[in-house]
Amino acid sequence: MDFTALRNKAIKEWQALWSGDKPLILVGLATCGMAAGANAVLKAIKDELARRNIEANIIPIGCIGLCYLEPLVDIVKPGKPRICYSHVTPEKAIKLIEDYLINDNPHPDLALGTFGDSTVDNIPKFFELKMLKPQVRIATRNCGHINPEDINHYIAKDGYSGLNKSLGMHPKEVITEVEKSGLRGRGGAGFPTWRKWDEARNSKATPKFVVCNADEGDPGAFMDRSVLEGDPHAILEGMAIAGYAIGTPNGYIYVRAEYPLAVRRLNIAIDQAKKTGLLGNNILDSGFSFDIEIMQGAGAFVCGEGSALMYSIEGKRGMPRVRPPRSVASGLWGLPTSLNNVETFANVPPIIINGGDWHAGYGTETSKGTKTFALTGKINRPGLIEVPMGITLRQIIYEIGGGIPGDKPFKAIQTGGPSGGCLPETLLDTPVDFETLTKAGSIMGSGGMVVLDKDTCIVDVARYFIAFCRDESCGKCVPCREGLPLMSKILERITQGEGNAEDIEQLMDMGKTIINSSLCGLGNSAPNPVLSSIRYFRDEWEAHAIDKKCPALVCKALINFYILPDKCAGCGICLRACPVEAISGGKRMVHVIDQDKCIKCGTCLEKCPERFSAIVKMTGEHVAVPKEPVPITTT
Amino acid sequence: MCRADRKGTEEIDTRNYQVIELMEEIDLKKQIREILTPLQDRHVVLIPALQAVQEKFGHLPEVAMDEIGRVAGVSPNVVYGVASFYSQFRFIKPGEHMIKICLGTACHVRGAAGLVESLERELHIEPGKTTPDGKFSLEEVRCFGSCALAPVIVVDDQVYGNVTTAKTKEILDEFN
Repeated sequence: MDFTALRNKAIKEWQALWSGDKPLILVGLATCGMAAGANAVLKAIKDELARRNIEANIIPIGCIGLCYLEPLVDIVKPGKPRICYSHVTPEKAIKLIEDYLINDNPHPDLALGTFGDSTVDNIPKFFELKMLKPQVRIATRNCGHINPEDINHYIAKDGYSGLNKSLGMHPKEVITEVEKSGLRGRGGAGFPTWRKWDEARNSKATPKFVVCNADEGDPGAFMDRSVLEGDPHAILEGMAIAGYAIGTPNGYIYVRAEYPLAVRRLNIAIDQAKKTGLLGNNILDSGFSFDIEIMQGAGAFVCGEGSALMYSIEGKRGMPRVRPPRSVASGLWGLPTSLNNVETFANVPPIIINGGDWHAGYGTETSKGTKTFALTGKINRPGLIEVPMGITLRQIIYEIGGGIPGDKPFKAIQTGGPSGGCLPETLLDTPVDFETLTKAGSIMGSGGMVVLDKDTCIVDVARYFIAFCRDESCGKCVPCREGLPLMSKILERITQGEGNAEDIEQLMDMGKTIINSSLCGLGNSAPNPVLSSIRYFRDEWEAHAIDKKCPALVCKALINFYILPDKCAGCGICLRACPVEAISGGKRMVHVIDQDKCIKCGTCLEKCPERFSAIVKMTGEHVAVPKEPVPITTT
Repeated sequence: MCRADRKGTEEIDTRNYQVIELMEEIDLKKQIREILTPLQDRHVVLIPALQAVQEKFGHLPEVAMDEIGRVAGVSPNVVYGVASFYSQFRFIKPGEHMIKICLGTACHVRGAAGLVESLERELHIEPGKTTPDGKFSLEEVRCFGSCALAPVIVVDDQVYGNVTTAKTKEILDEFN
């Protein structure tokens, strides 16, 4: 079967789609788009086009990373550049069809940016936008630009060209190219990819396995989800190239249960690849066969750990084991297994097509290439970004992320999920790569980046992460199984106002012990959020443990809500809103919160009209309030 | 409690088993066998079998465990050992509507804990339980990966983003 002919046909069809005489409409239909309401927008577009008898090509696209702007709809009018519109509602979509498709008003007021060389008046170029300019999209190259459910789109955009080229090389040459690229594991451990493949290749036992870790268990991370939903073929191709280099026809993708759309798109992609002859037996008449089976996770964070993942594939409890032997020597069923992350595989095809040196042109001395990050939390522009290694945290948060909502002061950035740490403002100029973040006391991890502002309590975040790891512990080794609940109890006491100075020392001591003696990466890194936040935010810890105060006004046991007698207008809104009837008062009476009944939910503060602003939240201080409602004294 | 001892303290609900008439039990076994037959050719059967049964019934009925063991070639206690390790599997029939609240990092810093409390107040149940009328089940999920829309609640297949305390009531009303 002739790959060149296949590719040329796909390119021709692609070009006809984009430069034909029918308009092309692209609708963002990844999980974030759908959660923002894209399905209703799609229906409105289809209905309106039908109503007006307009024929157009509509294709679903994946996540382009601007999650805070979803739903996104792109319109390509014949002869005009592609224009991206943001925050599209069914009403806006209908308007755009009338104003732009029928008349000629491209609506700069609703437009985000244009693609390509030609421009449209008053609409900026998409990739010149502040949040996109610093980005280099390699792993996410096709996300938001192709229909993930159409293999021909992928082929037209250099898809499977990497595999085709590899099949004409010796497997060792493929590995050499990956070595030149400097690609390191994107799951967080940063192990050199070429070495893993080389060791698997050199292992004597057969059969061997190529496995893709698509578990993405870190809460706050969705980079892999975006690639799986937006460009599933990139993973299939990367895995096939790995299979060729290592010398095995067996592939598994382990996807977490919480990603049903990703599973669906992967299944469609595998099916299409097999039908096209790019997966399965004797690919492109090369003699090389490769097949991929999908295994779904079942809700266990620890199964993101390599050995636990393999046990889970085998149908066992996901409990990690001691290494050595490493999985490349003895993994699935005791056989050589090469496990890589989704993002690692997504980077492989371009490395083969453009050469390893091209990839090594991006990044830093030790960390080549780009990294995707899920930028979330207290940030104006949350979403999925991909940047060259070496960019600073400050650039990510302020240039790309647009800073903190309400211009509130920055407090910390939490990187690396539950295995990582919180870094303060003084470290914002740290360039991002594997080594620098580790030196600073955190880790790069799989790419989760949560921004915290002054209203986020660091101690509460540490408590949250320890509780998470405690619940997800597999239970096998003592330090993790027994140590994390003990740390958790101390943290509960501190946030309940029952801590003391020794608690902080004890947490540090236990944390170090658990790190040094746990069996696997979960235990080895679970105490990191606690230790790094004590290192950089000691005064906040001491405020909780010693002064019984929560400076961020989050820990319920350490805060109180009061109605200020000189500001209360007796309107009664708070009384009616209180879910536990803790407020008493009457018309033109100063209302009073019963501190014993108050559950600190904050509803009253939310509801009190701004012109009165009579309710305050305080820590460690008390406001003089009447015991019972009293008439308002007007001055 | 780590995952090793979590399920041990939960009562396996055998109510549905006890009230099923013999005919219904035979029919249930037949349905389960139909679900499991296509999986027999797979290299690894156990977890896909558990997932397929739960997909159909919303939980793992007791009669299914023996059948799954038979197809997977393992004893029922191995089946229970595996099923109880993973959070996805339920042994008790869920409600008509499954409410899943995300407790990921981004959702947590944007107030998910408050939403859990709000849902507990509205439904009068804790996470992991079903309302007495069988209408709603409440579950906590570690992360849906929709962090840019935090806080997130998923009801059945519908994803709700940027949820506030006030919105939780509106969402529940949609299903009432």
